[in-house]
Amino acid sequence: MELFWYIVLMTMLTIYIILDGYDFGAGIVHLFFAKTEKDKKAITNAIGPFWDANEVWLIAAGGILFFAFPTLYASSFSGFYLPLIMILWLLIFRAIGLELRGQIHNKIWETIWDKAFGIASFLLALFFGIALGNIVRGVNLGMVTNGVSAHEAHYFFLPLWNPTFSPTAEHLGIIDWFTILLGIIGVVALTIHGANWIIFKTNSDLNTKLKTVIFKLNFALLVLVIISLLVWHVIEPKPFHNFITNPWLWIFPLITFTGLFGLFKIKTFTKDGTGFIFSSLFLFGGIASTVASIFPKLLPSTNSTNPDLTIYNMAGEPYGLSVGLYWFVIAFILVVIYFIIQYKVFKGKMDDIGYGEH
Amino acid sequence: MEDMLFYDRMQFAFTITFHYLFPQLTMGLSLMIVYFKWKFLRTNTETYNNAAKFWMKIFALNFAMGVVTGIPMEFQFGTNWAKFSELTGGIIGQTLAMEGMFSFFLESSFLGLFIFGEKLLGHKLHFVTGFLVFLGSWASGFLIIATHSWMQHPVGFEILENGKFVLTNFGALFTNEWLWPSYLHNQAASLVTASFVVASIGAFYILNNKHSEFGKLFVKTGVIFGFFASVIVAAPTGDMVAKNVVKHQPVTFAAMEGIFETEDGGSEIVLIGQPDMKEKKLDNKIAVPNILSFLTYQKWDAEIKGLNEFDEDVHPTNVPGLYYAYHIMVGLGTIFIGLMFAAVVQLFRKKLYKTKWILWSLMFMLPFPYIANTTGWYTAELGRQPWLVYNLLRTSAGASPTVSAGNTLFTLLGFIGLYLLLGLLFLMLAGKIINKGPETITH
Ligand code: HDD
Ligand code: HEM
Ligand code: HEM
Repeated sequence: MELFWYIVLMTMLTIYIILDGYDFGAGIVHLFFAKTEKDKKAITNAIGPFWDANEVWLIAAGGILFFAFPTLYASSFSGFYLPLIMILWLLIFRAIGLELRGQIHNKIWETIWDKAFGIASFLLALFFGIALGNIVRGVNLGMVTNGVSAHEAHYFFLPLWNPTFSPTAEHLGIIDWFTILLGIIGVVALTIHGANWIIFKTNSDLNTKLKTVIFKLNFALLVLVIISLLVWHVIEPKPFHNFITNPWLWIFPLITFTGLFGLFKIKTFTKDGTGFIFSSLFLFGGIASTVASIFPKLLPSTNSTNPDLTIYNMAGEPYGLSVGLYWFVIAFILVVIYFIIQYKVFKGKMDDIGYGEH
Repeated sequence: MEDMLFYDRMQFAFTITFHYLFPQLTMGLSLMIVYFKWKFLRTNTETYNNAAKFWMKIFALNFAMGVVTGIPMEFQFGTNWAKFSELTGGIIGQTLAMEGMFSFFLESSFLGLFIFGEKLLGHKLHFVTGFLVFLGSWASGFLIIATHSWMQHPVGFEILENGKFVLTNFGALFTNEWLWPSYLHNQAASLVTASFVVASIGAFYILNNKHSEFGKLFVKTGVIFGFFASVIVAAPTGDMVAKNVVKHQPVTFAAMEGIFETEDGGSEIVLIGQPDMKEKKLDNKIAVPNILSFLTYQKWDAEIKGLNEFDEDVHPTNVPGLYYAYHIMVGLGTIFIGLMFAAVVQLFRKKLYKTKWILWSLMFMLPFPYIANTTGWYTAELGRQPWLVYNLLRTSAGASPTVSAGNTLFTLLGFIGLYLLLGLLFLMLAGKIINKGPETITH
């Protein structure tokens, strides 16, 4: 039962990152590469009818976390208090940037909301990468000093950073050089992903330029991924442990690198959707490999006094988890149906179906 | 510790109060838009379709506000009320997760289609997407109220040795005695908000001599919906919720009604008076004898327990606040019924559009349903204090143990600033849409 809900949760989070990831990426492209009003329009139309539904994956994943692993929800949401609230603020800015810009036709008004949308998207991509970094690095559970817990074993609190920025300090911060590295990977990967989505959904003039951008960024991504794999050993002594005992897990890194290397051929793709498939593979593989490397831990402990939080010691009670199965299956089927309807109606290039023209 | 709890509570109260300003209109207005669209399909009169289109503009803006302020709500259980989440997550996580899966996906997937898809889908399918958005928002309200009802009147659970609440009966969450009256009351109240908004904008157009054709339609529709909704809010639903409170939270009821002493031979109903918590009495009270006993038990001499019969330590923490919140809600409810009744009478005498005082009153009524809804929630929430889960888990035991007061104050201030901005933007943009009026939409 725990395993089932764990897979559900991870699947939902991955879907969230892949779907809302292209929205963030589109925002970053908007910030750095969109120069003309036409480019901007193309980008916002490409995500216009989708972003709200995409964001629901986060809310629903949050709900499932609350329901299936209540203790983990409590411990991690209060422990990562500051970055989470900031993510909320950024989500608000991104949403109003997108929704309010078109309400008034005025240069200053439009510039303000363009920037709000772009900067919020950029920071969100950075924060989500940092979040992943925090999870693999682990936290000081129970806030132990000299072997004594200051709080119950599964509670903690992290400030934004500590003066050393070191991922091995006793009292960690959210931001250290390791998590920031993953944050940068997040930004680069989602920029590529978002650019691929724009190419897929629009006939914009920007598309040719974006292919060059993707090609270059992909190099940067490759270098960053290799660095991160090297320094990973400093943080967690045995990242490959699970991969050695369960060789089939190598499928995930394989998928990651298929996505990564596939994108070097971006300029030769004949179909506009191919690039998007490759960047989705990269994201899926990357998240799955990371999560697989710490399984069954959900949040490792950096001290030896308190145990890691795992799917077994964090799960809810059996009765609740099993009744949840019934409604979840029904709901999930419905969600898939809505999703298909939505993408059928808005099939093809957004400029062709006239979306965004009133 | 004390400060921390205080800021946690302020942050929750502030963010939920702000959030709820938007869903109440979303839920009520979606029904009215579906009605306009349905009328259009039946009669093929363009005005109805344009009315639907006009309100969809306001709806879209309002919905966006609801979404952005709703997400912080979902997170705050974990960030600020970690202990509460840990202990009751197996139960309230159930209904909250269902809300995400069943209603938020439904609403957000079809909202885009509803707002932009009229040409793409044709009128019939467009109506269907509107209906689905309506369904999603009402389902969302239902699951939230189910969560809330469990906190007021916990059912279908058992408490383990480590203090955790575990679910033992899933069905009980939805057959909870507290749930259905509360849900119907709340939905009727959200329809009150929407009808007043529609009628108020209509009155504004008539009085302004602009878009009068729409003005009349809005006033008429608003007044008819508003009359029924206002009555339903008071009876039967208001009466039903009040009876639940008497039955399960007698101490809350005494505080709401401002009854300090148990009276032999039946309790009076208080119309005016200020609670004096030191002397335990009401100042300059105006009350009608025996009515409260009759309303509550249908017997003139039924006994209603006064506050002084209960231990101080289970008294609601803010008795005057609770008392005022309740009286404001009920007082406004009475005014709504009166005004809507007068308007309906004039409508049937075909004089409504010329009766200036009613039109002016309707126009100025716009904020009051919001106040009634907010004070209604304050009644429910202040009444539940000092408990998070009634009689079982104290509010002071629910906060996050590791988040310091300084950090909570920081985020509270952030939310205040951000929401002030959101509120201003909302008013400005809604004002712009209203000022432009429905006629510009037809072209
Ligand atoms: C337009 C808004 C509105 C109006 C006019 C009224 N109410 Fe109300 N009331 C609400 C909007 C509301 C609400 C905001 O929707 C609440 C909060 C929780 C809930 O379910 O509904 C509520 C709660 C609420 C409660 C508290 C229930 C609890 O503790 O959970 C009681 C006892 C009443 N109502 C009773 C009444 C009565 C007797 C009214 C007579 C006119 C009345 N309300 C008018
Ligand atoms: C399902 C819906 C709701 C749930 C689960 C819920 C839950 C909570 C929780 C956990 C608290 C914090 C503890 C406390 O200080 O009381 C709280 C407080 C509060 N809530 Fe709700 N709430 C809900 C709906 C609402 C709504 C819609 C409003 C108002 C519009 C509201 C108004 C308040 C207020 C004012 C407080 C502060 C009470 C106080 O500080 O004494 N709540 N609620
Ligand atoms: C603490 C309690 C609450 C939480 C956690 C919460 C959560 C949320 C969230 C996450 C959204 C955004 C959904 C989306 O992205 O589509 C939302 C919107 C909504 N909420 Fe709340 N909410 C709370 C209180 C309430 C209450 C008390 C009601 C009504 C009775 C309500 C009714 C709605 C409705 C109808 C919407 C959709 C329409 C809109 O966005 O305006 N919520 N809520």
